[in-house]
Amino acid sequence: MIGAGKIKQYSNILEKPLSKGKQEVSLSAFAFLFSELVQYNQAQVDNIAELERRLEDAGYAVGARVLELLCHRDKGNRRETRLLGILSFVHSTVWKVLFGKVADSLEKGTEHEDEYMISEKDLLVNKFISVPKDMGTFNCGAFVAGIVRGVLDGAGFPAVVTAHFVPMEGLQRPRTTILIKFAEEVLQREARLG
Amino acid sequence: MTSTACFIIVSRNDIPIYEAEREDAAQLHQFILHAALDIVQDLAWTTSAMFLKAIDKFNDLMVSVYVTAGHTRFMLLHDSRNEDGIKSFFQEVHELYIKILLNPLYLPGSRITSSHFDTKVRALARKCL
Repeated sequence: MIGAGKIKQYSNILEKPLSKGKQEVSLSAFAFLFSELVQYNQAQVDNIAELERRLEDAGYAVGARVLELLCHRDKGNRRETRLLGILSFVHSTVWKVLFGKVADSLEKGTEHEDEYMISEKDLLVNKFISVPKDMGTFNCGAFVAGIVRGVLDGAGFPAVVTAHFVPMEGLQRPRTTILIKFAEEVLQREARLG
Repeated sequence: MTSTACFIIVSRNDIPIYEAEREDAAQLHQFILHAALDIVQDLAWTTSAMFLKAIDKFNDLMVSVYVTAGHTRFMLLHDSRNEDGIKSFFQEVHELYIKILLNPLYLPGSRITSSHFDTKVRALARKCL
């Protein structure tokens, strides 16, 4: 039987406490599960854009839940109402809970006012995946982009979030950048709030 | 305690996903609560707290609102002045809501149909309000 020891059986999920739990999940288990997720979706679509969209949608569902759970558990019931607030929430709290470390960097885009980038040298979901040449610019980081979009959308900051590979000199593998482009209304509201 | 109370949970897209009544003056109560939604909209962006206290009055009934991180609004129509009781009621329902939300088969923004949830909310209402 897998897992010795008795766990208290709850008759209903609503009775179960919202504790932090074990905080650690097997990396190989996750890698297998994620690779199966990608393969399952790959078998169902005929082009890369659709595959990225499906991964993003899977991540969106995670993001919506992560937002509510973390604000309740880690932030003592404080909501984020400002742009920089929600970005640093994603960059530190969300990343720490999901990947065990804060994101490598958070930058503001230079060309456009509404663009921000979160970069990661070695994104967990891309760690064990190599993309064949004929798939072009496909990036499994679309799953993480979906998570970020779920968090931002849930908090009231609609944005278009995409994942890109950025080759870096000195590193064997390119670094992954999550590009966040906020909708017009977010900037207007930020300006209004001062 | 015979105070009237009506509790609804409204999703981000202004669709009610859960309703609970104490008595049966249903239509009027829901109308008042939906009318208060505009006020909540503006107020939510001015503060980072979740509990927004009493935001609207109608005759002798008050509307209290609690906004979650995902902009789901818990709205309570009541005539009592017991603020602490109301705050703890909202916090307990918030925990229940998060547990419902964590279900991967629950679509966020859809109606909450769990009868367990309903039973627990009513029990909490009797206890805290």
